[in-house]
Amino acid sequence: MDEYKGKTLSWRLSDGIVELALDRPPANEIGLAMLEDLERFVSSLPTLESKASALILYSEQKAGFSAGADLRELYEQAQKMDPSSAAKGIREFLERIHAVLNRMDTSPLTTIAAVHGVCFGGGFELALVCDLIVADKMARFCFPELRLGLIPGFGGIPRLKRDIGNAVVRDLLLTGRSVNATKALSVGLVSQVAAEGEALRVARSTAAQTTKFDRATAATAKRFIKPLPAEELRREIDIFCDLFTRPAVMEGLRKFVENAGPHPYLP
Amino acid sequence: MKTIEQTTDEILNLAATHFKFPRAELQPGDDFYKKLGIDSLQALELLTRLENHFGVELPDYEVQGVSDFHTLAMRIQARL
Repeated sequence: MDEYKGKTLSWRLSDGIVELALDRPPANEIGLAMLEDLERFVSSLPTLESKASALILYSEQKAGFSAGADLRELYEQAQKMDPSSAAKGIREFLERIHAVLNRMDTSPLTTIAAVHGVCFGGGFELALVCDLIVADKMARFCFPELRLGLIPGFGGIPRLKRDIGNAVVRDLLLTGRSVNATKALSVGLVSQVAAEGEALRVARSTAAQTTKFDRATAATAKRFIKPLPAEELRREIDIFCDLFTRPAVMEGLRKFVENAGPHPYLP
Repeated sequence: MKTIEQTTDEILNLAATHFKFPRAELQPGDDFYKKLGIDSLQALELLTRLENHFGVELPDYEVQGVSDFHTLAMRIQARL
């Protein structure tokens, strides 16, 4: 399929560039519906890859690229199950999202995330599968998971560790603080910072540049420089699942989901 | 080095401009959530604008629970 519009995203192939637009209000929370759409996208990738050079991933939502995993859905699903079934359910979800993200990570296309606004948790992890991140100057990146008693579960730590220094990973992970685009650029997390509202245009310009190159050479170079940290990704799933069913995590999720005040519950 | 008054004034100017609020109605002690009617995402946006304007980093945990302009100015002042 060269073109598709699903419940949470759409994609379109034009002039050798695939544009995948996340579009689930309010902030592209990644739950089952988005996972299913992403799986559909990945199943179409072989066809798209035969016709394109680059993939741009961006958001149609004003709030930002993505606020991360749909914690409300996660909590509500877990509440319906006994701990053992909840653990099984979360493992299945993680296996599926990892399969999708690993496939996108290793696509022979040159992949570019055009990021604006919030790029938190699972949304940050989705951006990290891309070869390049172009950030709007108002973008913010964050791994808030430890604040809820968890670790990032969509492959964020292994991918970030692959790309930048361990000290920066520890800073983001262990403090749970968010950083702006300028900081992200300074540590090598993003490759370009765009003016407000210009990230997609800059990403398109960058993608157009990549269409000039021999595809086989670009794909070979990518395979050489960007190996999948497969073993660590597997370990991450195991660690996440071990942590997930602890009462402290459920309590943290409950407070986060039930909080109705102006400040999100993030200790 | 800016004075706390200068920093506060710049924050108030920036907030008034960005949120299209009359500058004369903003005071250092105002609760910006209530006065500007903003939510947590907009507060995050304000944080980013302040970081970009002053060229500082403001970790979330340092401004967590801060809701008035003057305290915000003190947090920024400590980073200048």
